[in-house]
Amino acid sequence: MKQAGGWLWRVSLANLFFLYGPIALLILFSFNASRLSATWQGWTWQWYRALWVNQSLLDATANSLRVATVSTVLALFLGVGLAVGLDSLSGRRQRQIEQSLLLPLVIPEVMMGVSLLLFFVLLQIPLSLITVMMGHALFNVPVVVIIVRARLKKLDPRLMEAAADLGATYWNTLRHVTIPLLRPAILGAGLMAFTISLDDFIVTYFTAGPGATTLPLKVYSMIKSGMSPEINALSALFVIVSMGLIGLSLLLQRR
Amino acid sequence: MNSSPPAGRAEASSPVASWWLLGPGLLWMGLLFVVPLSLVLVISFAERGTYGGIVWSFSLTNYLDLLHPLYARILGQSVLLAAVTTVLCLIMGFPLAYYIARTTPRRQGILLLLVMIPFWTNFLVRTYAWMFILRTEGLLNTLLLKLGMITAPIELLYSNTAVVIGLVYGYLPFMVLPLFVALEQVDRTLVEAAWDLYATRWAVLWRIIVPLARPGIIAGCLLVFIPSLGAFLTPDLLGGARSMMVGNLIQHEFLVARDWPLGAAISCLLMLFVMGMMRWLLHAASSRPRQEDAS
Repeated sequence: MKQAGGWLWRVSLANLFFLYGPIALLILFSFNASRLSATWQGWTWQWYRALWVNQSLLDATANSLRVATVSTVLALFLGVGLAVGLDSLSGRRQRQIEQSLLLPLVIPEVMMGVSLLLFFVLLQIPLSLITVMMGHALFNVPVVVIIVRARLKKLDPRLMEAAADLGATYWNTLRHVTIPLLRPAILGAGLMAFTISLDDFIVTYFTAGPGATTLPLKVYSMIKSGMSPEINALSALFVIVSMGLIGLSLLLQRR
Repeated sequence: MNSSPPAGRAEASSPVASWWLLGPGLLWMGLLFVVPLSLVLVISFAERGTYGGIVWSFSLTNYLDLLHPLYARILGQSVLLAAVTTVLCLIMGFPLAYYIARTTPRRQGILLLLVMIPFWTNFLVRTYAWMFILRTEGLLNTLLLKLGMITAPIELLYSNTAVVIGLVYGYLPFMVLPLFVALEQVDRTLVEAAWDLYATRWAVLWRIIVPLARPGIIAGCLLVFIPSLGAFLTPDLLGGARSMMVGNLIQHEFLVARDWPLGAAISCLLMLFVMGMMRWLLHAASSRPRQEDAS
């Protein structure tokens, strides 16, 4: 399709422009000196400075970091176990479990949020940061499993066989051979899970109790109560941080 | 002889050990995924109490309520908006995926990274970026006014158009990635053979590339359609009072109207729809595309 090459390239560029343009504009205008209008009035840092002194925002950030850390550790613990354990199952059962683990990623997020809300309320578990952490660990387990299994499939099985031949038990092989080989994937999966948790709005929205405000919940309530340049600055920071983390994670997975 | 493994010690202990590894994860997913979704199903047959609680009974009232024109309109509108989003994503994503599949490996890596990064980036903030652009005093109106293309700001935000823009923006990467995987596997020699046989550009596209990339097209369409159908944030922020979608309706019933059984019934309907489409996907993707005679 040589003739179409230039045309394809232009359409591709337009697509990328569509994907990145709005974010770039948002970041640019977070430095705009004008409070209300969308016309350019010169550079300023003042909206960023305003973020630093906003206590409720700092609290929300602390909550978000807490939730992301705990849910990531939990998801890694459960997900790496699943990924490695699946390896020694027979083909059919392995495929069944793998496929059903994809379900949480495919069903609409609202469903997950609503079902967790119902679960916690019926079991009379009060909604708090802990319920948010549980929800995040739920959708992050499949993410970890997928990333770690992709790496596991590329490992040379002879390395594990060699360990067994040398008398290593299953657990020893796992600890000294398999897990060290999986380290980049585990790190990549952890970063990915951490970022998804930081970014999540919907599951958090349904499972957070009063006082358990995370950063996305805070951003949402700020947006709902009216536009302000502080939101632009906060959003810009948010996008830059999560893009950085994701870029790092993707690079780690590629090794 | 001596070096043979110690009588399958690793072999014998691995299945037991693997259940120790799988157990906690499976238990967790069962407790927080299977049980809650089953609860939604059970509740959908219960009834709402006078003060918003749940009265345990078995009735189909909630499902019959969904036939009400108000709900039917929201359901129909959701399907329509999700379908338009899917078609737009396919039209926009196909050339991009094709380009990525055919370019040099170096460029391929960079472009894939560029497509994947927004896909993992905060959805709330990306939706907000569009509010910033589309609102009455927003960037687009300001620009159009300055250029003299309009005399008064136009109402762009809070409409179905804005919702579709937001959904396409959010889910375009879901379309590009599976399309890329499928298009990369299309045998180039088949395309070249078609050219050699003087096939037109359209014939090459419709009779060679599209049939061979069918599993990727189906996967991409479903990966866009399903989250668009259940979208909450996009219609909530970009849509107006008349752009309510199923996700908003579920949220409304659960958190505002406090009619949990009705909310659960809507959720079950959505779930049924999603499951049906997934089954169809697995079926359609596993059955081989029909090979047509190229001559």
